[in-house]
Amino acid sequence: MRQALEGSQAIARAVALCRPNVVSAYPITPQTHIVENIAKLVADGELKCEYVSVESEHSAASVALGAAAAGARAYTASASQGILLMCEVLYDIAGLRIPMVLTCANRAVSAPLSIWNDHQDSMAVRDAGWIQLFCADNQEAVDTTIQAFRIAQDTDLPVMVCVDGFTLTHTLEPIDLPTQQQVDGFLPPFVFARALDPRKPLSVGTLATPEWFTEARHSHHGAVLAATDAIVAADRDWQQVSGRGCGGLLQVDGPADARIGILCMGSVVGTLQDARDAMPELPSARIIRLRSFRPFPAQALREACAGLDQVVVLERALSPGAMGIVGAEVRAALYGVAGAPRVQSVAAGLGGRDMPLTLYAQLIALAQAPATTDFAILDVELDKLPAADRYPEAAVAVSSGDRS
Amino acid sequence: MSANSTAGTPAAGVSISLAELRENQPRFQGFVGGHRACVGCGQALAARLVTEAAGPDVAVANATGCLEVFSTAWPDSAWRVPWLHSLFENAGAIASGMEAAFKARGQSTKVLAFAGDGGTFDIGFQSLSGMIERNHNVLYVCYDNEAYMNTGVQRSSSTPHAAATTTSPAGRDRLGKRHMKKDILQIVAAHHMPYAATASVAYPSDLRKKVRRAMEIEGSTFLLVHSPCPLGWRHDGAKSIEVARLAVTTGLVPIIELERGALTGSMPIREQRPVIEYLRAQGRFQHLFADTAEAREELEHIQALADYNIERYGLRGSGNDARDTEGADTVRRGGVRWA
Repeated sequence: MRQALEGSQAIARAVALCRPNVVSAYPITPQTHIVENIAKLVADGELKCEYVSVESEHSAASVALGAAAAGARAYTASASQGILLMCEVLYDIAGLRIPMVLTCANRAVSAPLSIWNDHQDSMAVRDAGWIQLFCADNQEAVDTTIQAFRIAQDTDLPVMVCVDGFTLTHTLEPIDLPTQQQVDGFLPPFVFARALDPRKPLSVGTLATPEWFTEARHSHHGAVLAATDAIVAADRDWQQVSGRGCGGLLQVDGPADARIGILCMGSVVGTLQDARDAMPELPSARIIRLRSFRPFPAQALREACAGLDQVVVLERALSPGAMGIVGAEVRAALYGVAGAPRVQSVAAGLGGRDMPLTLYAQLIALAQAPATTDFAILDVELDKLPAADRYPEAAVAVSSGDRS
Repeated sequence: MSANSTAGTPAAGVSISLAELRENQPRFQGFVGGHRACVGCGQALAARLVTEAAGPDVAVANATGCLEVFSTAWPDSAWRVPWLHSLFENAGAIASGMEAAFKARGQSTKVLAFAGDGGTFDIGFQSLSGMIERNHNVLYVCYDNEAYMNTGVQRSSSTPHAAATTTSPAGRDRLGKRHMKKDILQIVAAHHMPYAATASVAYPSDLRKKVRRAMEIEGSTFLLVHSPCPLGWRHDGAKSIEVARLAVTTGLVPIIELERGALTGSMPIREQRPVIEYLRAQGRFQHLFADTAEAREELEHIQALADYNIERYGLRGSGNDARDTEGADTVRRGGVRWA
């Protein structure tokens, strides 16, 4: 039965349906409503778990690490500065191959201070060795949260479920919450073979000399790459239980004969799809939404781009002094592929800047332009800036000719 | 060693399994030999005493530092209890998570958190404060060797006043560390702590008794164990116990117990030794014996600190020192259950 729920509330209910043993909580906008809702479920006796209100995000991640290492299904949530404060713990969790789930309510990173949505926070920890899944809407946030617990225990890897702050977390949508029976049928009880147990003492987190560190990284890298199978399997199995899938590694939508592709992550996909419908006079683009950013689904991406002449990567973060982060990875995945489309990369929607329907027209225009935009921030309002910073778009968008 | 791979199975060429060994050993040992601590390391001795007294139904959360580094290098391990090292500053939080997990799963296992003074007084102070504020059922043991020894002897907020370290060296304009040692015990006790105590490796039976006391308390407990570091304090490794005992008998390191902040126990000093005996034994204080007015003033200052401790905690006492063998027969034994 569908019910109107705020995104955070729906995510909290989804977490509760997964029967976590330990939840660590520290507030940060726009994540706060998630841990507040879980606290209320615990207070009302609807969720039996150890709810640990910690004194920082560093400790939120650490408590979850310790709990999972001791055999508990563990969960926490954060955003922005919180994710960055957790950074070393996130690396440690992944390196120790600790299965747990974290919701990242995506938000910009200071400075300047912004509480609003972009993807810089989860991009900042993309190399930590976590699985990162980006959600298109709140139904998918619910379904992905449930799948994430399954993927974590199938792979012995931590999973970060990325949901757009405010756009999803603070928005009411009709949500079909699964039943406890459905979730129990999909998600077996948490069993962690390497759990700390006095009957079978293990030393976890030992020093690794140069003789061993490389091998540890090799195993970890292989595990994240191989997680594509677990992600696809979890989505397929969940579809059988609930009737809803999330697209597995990535979702492709649009006419089969489209020549222009737009690649994005997160909730902006809905805006782009609506815009395409609302502007029939423009070419109908194939919209590719990466759901799994880590592992990066290079093979699936190549297949999704087959037949395209143009791909414009739209992302909500950047690597200053270089280019778009997703854009660079898409280029790398398509490099050397025969008949690969021209790839252009833009950032937009930074720090909560609205992404209106007209964005679609801008992206189509970019795809149709003869000059190639390696990277540009699309929606800068130059007239707000001092003269020195009004560098022309041409200087940012380094033109390197038509590569197609 | 190699607890990761061989627990419970006979090692090649050995006719007895580790499980059998464990059943037959006279007393439980959670931390065994073969590790790579320096000669005379107070921390290694203290960790052995603490795990021995705590018994087998424990799990250790270990902060980054000497203890973590010298006790493990994959694939070896000196630990015979479940042991988790995560990072430098999160031992309190890791321990909190482990305790929450055991609680949620109805498991009786007691969590021990081990950290040095850097991981406790300084970088790990926040997560320690969080853990004890939430009163997790964890015994937190700080092995206090009064500087960042693992990185090569840098001053911490536990380094005593006037001690020379590589970041508080003695020179023409400086006589070692200019600041006072942080009174971590009182700060910890201010968290409404059920039990917070100091101990010293020079008094192992007292240390064991305090561990057992803490193990019986449901809630956060804290033990600050004064642990000499021959490398950082610059004394002969064979003199560690002697030096540690002088720290106590001079009054510089009061051995006390605080319950909910109130003083409930103290180790009396039968014959107070002058602080110069303690200071002279260590290279880190040698600059205080220069023939200058400043050095003499510092010596007087340090003597005053010791005298203040003795007055403050009423340490002047009579009778014999606690016997080191006392309580040795009550350490927890291994057994089938823990094989």
